Amino acid sequence: MDDDAELVARLQAGDEEAFVALVERFHAPMLRLAGAYVPNRAVAEEVVQDTWLGVVRGIARFEGRSSLKTWLFRILVNRARTTGVRERREPPVDPSREPAVSPERFAASGGWARPPAPWADAVDDRIAARQSVTHVVKHLSELPDGQRHVVLMRDVEGLSAREVCDVLGISEGNQRVLLHRGRSRLRGTLEDEMGRG
Amino acid sequence: MLLRRRDVLCREAVELVTDYLEGALSRRDRSRFERHLTACPHCREYLDQMRVTIALLGRVEPESLAPEVRDELVTLYRRWRA
Repeated sequence: MDDDAELVARLQAGDEEAFVALVERFHAPMLRLAGAYVPNRAVAEEVVQDTWLGVVRGIARFEGRSSLKTWLFRILVNRARTTGVRERREPPVDPSREPAVSPERFAASGGWARPPAPWADAVDDRIAARQSVTHVVKHLSELPDGQRHVVLMRDVEGLSAREVCDVLGISEGNQRVLLHRGRSRLRGTLEDEMGRG
Repeated sequence: MLLRRRDVLCREAVELVTDYLEGALSRRDRSRFERHLTACPHCREYLDQMRVTIALLGRVEPESLAPEVRDELVTLYRRWRA
């Protein structure tokens, strides 16, 4: 937070180097997040540029009630939602049950019928790990909107649960449901991949 | 999620993993979940796979910022501030 405070003060004073520092730190992550909302790269780039304009215009009013990162991402998500054709607001969390693991994998007793085969060793291997990262990125892009947004912010960008709730305007409970479903699906796709290997 | 007093089933344990990792289980549910893990190697493996999945997501690198993109933004910055 102290780093934030200093950077914000410099931005408010119109320090160009501070702006460049912010761009270097956040442009690529913001582009990735914008990409989760809008249909193509060109639109994502527009959204991010528009966000930077919003940052320059709005920094005078930034009061530090949230972290700088949360504030940036919130501006970005708001712009992306008004630009994106995919959705205008966060889709509501579907209350229907989406089991983390296919029910067929369990016996009537509730215990495993087909338990997960161990794959930690395969993933520890460096080449396998790199392939798995590529694989996980591909499947991340195929998750339903809400799950994709939450997993991206939490596990890829490293935002806290609180920050994600602030950026998306969702409850902690819904945040956890989306995170759980998204992570569970991704584990499942990795398991399929390991099984083929 | 409130669990009844009996033991946790594997089918239930896989749904508790995120709440467990997020520290969102009550103390009672947490100890039940952990007791199940102690007894069940498959659910330990499952939890481990969720951790590996999360770790892989954390290794996704953003693309690097192209110098021309940075320069363009600096040019825009000067115009916006003018």
